Amino acid sequence: MAEANAQTKNQAKTQFGYRRHADQDRDGADLAEHPVVVVGAGPVGLSFAIDLAQRGHGVVLLDDADRIGEGSRAICFSKRALEYWDRLGVGGRMVDKGVVWSVGRIFHGASQLYEFNLLPEQGHKRPAFINLQQFYAEAYLVDRVEQLPAISSRWRNKVVALEPLNDGVLLTIATPDGLYRMWASYVIACDGARSSLRQLVGAEFSGQTFEDQFLIADVRMTAEFPTERWFWFDPPFHAGRSALLHKQPDDIWRIDLQLHPDADPAIEKLPRNVRPRIARMLGHDRFDFEWISLYKFQCRRMDRFIHGRVIFAGDAAHQVSPFGARGANSGLEDAENLSWKLDRVLRGLSPESLLETYHVERSAAADENIQESTRSTDFMAPSSRQETRLRRAVLSLARETEFGQRMVNAGRLSVPTIYDSPLSTPDQDDWRGGPRPGTSMPDAPIAARDGRPCFLTDAFISEGTRFTLLEFGNGAAPRVPEGVGRIRIGGEDGFADTRGLAGARYDAGRGTAYLLRPDGYVAARFRHPSPAAIEAALSRATGIN
Amino acid sequence: MALSTSSNFARPDDAFRAIVEAHRGLNDEQSADFDAALVLILANHIGDLDVLRDAIALARRRMIDAGQQQQQQQQ
Repeated sequence: MAEANAQTKNQAKTQFGYRRHADQDRDGADLAEHPVVVVGAGPVGLSFAIDLAQRGHGVVLLDDADRIGEGSRAICFSKRALEYWDRLGVGGRMVDKGVVWSVGRIFHGASQLYEFNLLPEQGHKRPAFINLQQFYAEAYLVDRVEQLPAISSRWRNKVVALEPLNDGVLLTIATPDGLYRMWASYVIACDGARSSLRQLVGAEFSGQTFEDQFLIADVRMTAEFPTERWFWFDPPFHAGRSALLHKQPDDIWRIDLQLHPDADPAIEKLPRNVRPRIARMLGHDRFDFEWISLYKFQCRRMDRFIHGRVIFAGDAAHQVSPFGARGANSGLEDAENLSWKLDRVLRGLSPESLLETYHVERSAAADENIQESTRSTDFMAPSSRQETRLRRAVLSLARETEFGQRMVNAGRLSVPTIYDSPLSTPDQDDWRGGPRPGTSMPDAPIAARDGRPCFLTDAFISEGTRFTLLEFGNGAAPRVPEGVGRIRIGGEDGFADTRGLAGARYDAGRGTAYLLRPDGYVAARFRHPSPAAIEAALSRATGIN
Repeated sequence: MALSTSSNFARPDDAFRAIVEAHRGLNDEQSADFDAALVLILANHIGDLDVLRDAIALARRRMIDAGQQQQQQQQ
């Protein structure tokens, strides 16, 4: 998001003391050397640090602040993000605290146009979305970081200079005790939309700025509204513009109001001006403000996510408007995509060129997210009379036609991108369904040998969140290459496909096998795999061939 | 499937009249609203993005041709 120019209440939930680190006493030829330095302790940096630490690497995590959580930032976390956080050991806490939702309603004027369900089918461990204030997510991630001695968290450590070298980066860091320097083999920049590392490497960050301003308010109230996403075009309480209402934990409600492009921010954000508008929306004024801010949205990305040994992720690399929940969620997808690749490169298992596929896959995902979010924002704020006319036609057609409903764009909510990737092995066999290579693994309910119900995503974690062969049993199991996990569905020793959903979702017959990447994406699939075919797919997916 | 530009109606005059008559009694603003809805309905019925793009390109060429004619007349 762009400029957040507001205040009200300091919502910092966690404060961290600055502590001097022994690295700060080293200088000259004796500087500390670290394999990975992560800059920015937001959801992306924290998740990345946890992932890499769980894979056995030491990580230094720097942040220029000493606290987390101010203001209204991300609130919608996707199923995909929750599945990633399950692997990091924090998914349960997020879901327990969060508000689970899957239904949205679209209104035009005073009446409902239609409703939609983002996850109509059963048999998934995680819901389509939870709403959770970003500061809770960050607090739970910090708790997890503190359980991992491989992560050295350093607050009030600000990177002020970067000196690139062939096989590393020399960092200069400002602290309350002054400057110190250290070496890093890789620097992962997760320092947000206003990334100072992006400026330090001199990278462009260009794209589109939308003229319309949006007022975002978090209000506290007890209300009987259901836990659904409600979006209005041209509502009676806010004529000619759009509005969004969404529930968060602790009786907090997120309200987005579209303002006129020429609205004066200083005047618009005054509580005495915001209050009557929201009172008209809610039908009462029994609420308190937690936060009010005004935004202009931007959609932009870096040309290259990789600058030598400095790799950018999350908002630092790409920025979208919030309609679609594609900011934090896509940043988390960056983290899961990069961590296993960097793990392999650090271990010498894959060539450094594997990291280039992070740029290939995630910059394509950023383009997709920018396109979706730009289209949503354009639909909400038509820029010409004819565009307004076409939108009016869509909204009126939506009352009586399905195609009209599907053209209404009040935010296309985040789903994992399908990668057209050099790491994928193209299909050779005939498939009528199931996830094609480059797609993230669908979940399904299964049961362990002792009858205990669980999910496919649980089995993937139990196998070590690594390259894993998911096979649908048929007599003798195929041999898996060394270091590759195995999930067997069916047969005497496998999981039971109790409701037949795993087989159906993977278009599986006897002998079907999927090679899953450590980020849960499909690398290859086979009707009847030979060991040689699996080896070849693995080589390709690990960047060796 | 490419855009079909051969005549598809047995009685093309009936189709043209049907569209013209649908605009009867509408002012320019209402006519533009009507056209917007009609275009969206027909586009969805076609349901083929390549055909739609061909149709858009053909219609855009009219605009360019009309613009050039206008320029020539002014010269």
